[in-house]
Amino acid sequence: MIEMRGVTVRYGATVAVDSVDLSLPDNKIYGLLGRNGSGKTSLLSALASYRRPASGTVLVDGEPAFENPRVMRQTSFIRDTLDLNDSDRVSAILDIAARLRPTWDAAYAAKLVEVFELDARKRVSALSRGQRSMLGVILGLASRTRLTILDESYLGMDAVARTLFYRELLADYLAHPRTIVLSTHLIGEVAELFERVIIMDRGRILLQDETDALRGRGVTVTGPVEAVAAFAAGHPVLGEQTLGATRAVTLDGRFGPDEIARGESAGLTFGPLGIQDLFVHLTSQPLEASR
Amino acid sequence: MFNDRSPIYLQIADGIKNDILGGSLKEDEQVMSTNQYAAFYRINPATAAKGFAQLVDEGVLYKRRGIGMFVSPDAREKLRSARRERFFAEVVEPMLDEAKRVGISVDEITHYLRSR
Repeated sequence: MIEMRGVTVRYGATVAVDSVDLSLPDNKIYGLLGRNGSGKTSLLSALASYRRPASGTVLVDGEPAFENPRVMRQTSFIRDTLDLNDSDRVSAILDIAARLRPTWDAAYAAKLVEVFELDARKRVSALSRGQRSMLGVILGLASRTRLTILDESYLGMDAVARTLFYRELLADYLAHPRTIVLSTHLIGEVAELFERVIIMDRGRILLQDETDALRGRGVTVTGPVEAVAAFAAGHPVLGEQTLGATRAVTLDGRFGPDEIARGESAGLTFGPLGIQDLFVHLTSQPLEASR
Repeated sequence: MFNDRSPIYLQIADGIKNDILGGSLKEDEQVMSTNQYAAFYRINPATAAKGFAQLVDEGVLYKRRGIGMFVSPDAREKLRSARRERFFAEVVEPMLDEAKRVGISVDEITHYLRSR
């Protein structure tokens, strides 16, 4: 179990992570979602103990994690900057990882190099943005560390490469369960891989829940103005639009089949709200309304 | 494969129920493991496990320790009677509502059904 207790990360006067409490039970895949600047990377840096929080602590199995060599050996944090020497060749970087990581699986790393069709003789400086991301994914997955954090590791990957990435991630997790935290904006295409999602907004955790619980949460209702208003009464409204006598609202909450059927007989039409849309609505609200 | 209308675990459970009703999953036949299911449909194994647990709770599947999960001997009959009970409320009523909206009489419907 990894716990954050009252973790605050500050850059000068800017509070990037604001007193966050978070518990991550072991061996699950977590999705960390948030808009640009919401504090995802700062939160992950603190979670990985790459950065000492201004206040608060990160505990791994109850032990303080910061500058704890036992914890650090079992943590891999892949940032989009990769923190690699540009003049090194891919093969050399994989060799270094093998020496530093007791849990490194060289055969698996070689397999991933093949899956992604990376040329291991190339220098890091010669890799495209997407290929750098692939190298990051290889370093993260082949480390087989107890905690693997992949911060926007899909950047620059095309749709095919992302599909390969998600497939490998899931297959390797099934074979070697461990805690994986993945941050992303592309929720739609990975949501099914996450057991839980954590949504960050303005340095705070807006929501943490089973991914599946978010599916079927929220609905769009369209129809005559009065009928929509009657149906919407008492439900949190995430968004609304009116066109002449027709009104469309996005409501938060769960709606049973009976409720939907009653609405339909009152002339309303209903649409599901995807996780991506729910995320957009929740994180584009004024702060008071989203809490 | 899955949509956003309801939790995936319920969609998994419904899919397996349909396979049992349709006869492609036989009674006492072993179903896929949660890991096989997760790998095949590219979903988190916890989600698949939840779908299977739901079916065990409902008595549609049963567990054999260390071996896996199997279709209950009476699953098909139970599912059939449950679906039959819901048939008029969930299938016929909405059809009649739509018929009324567009001005199709019950006579026209029965005529159509007889001619099939």
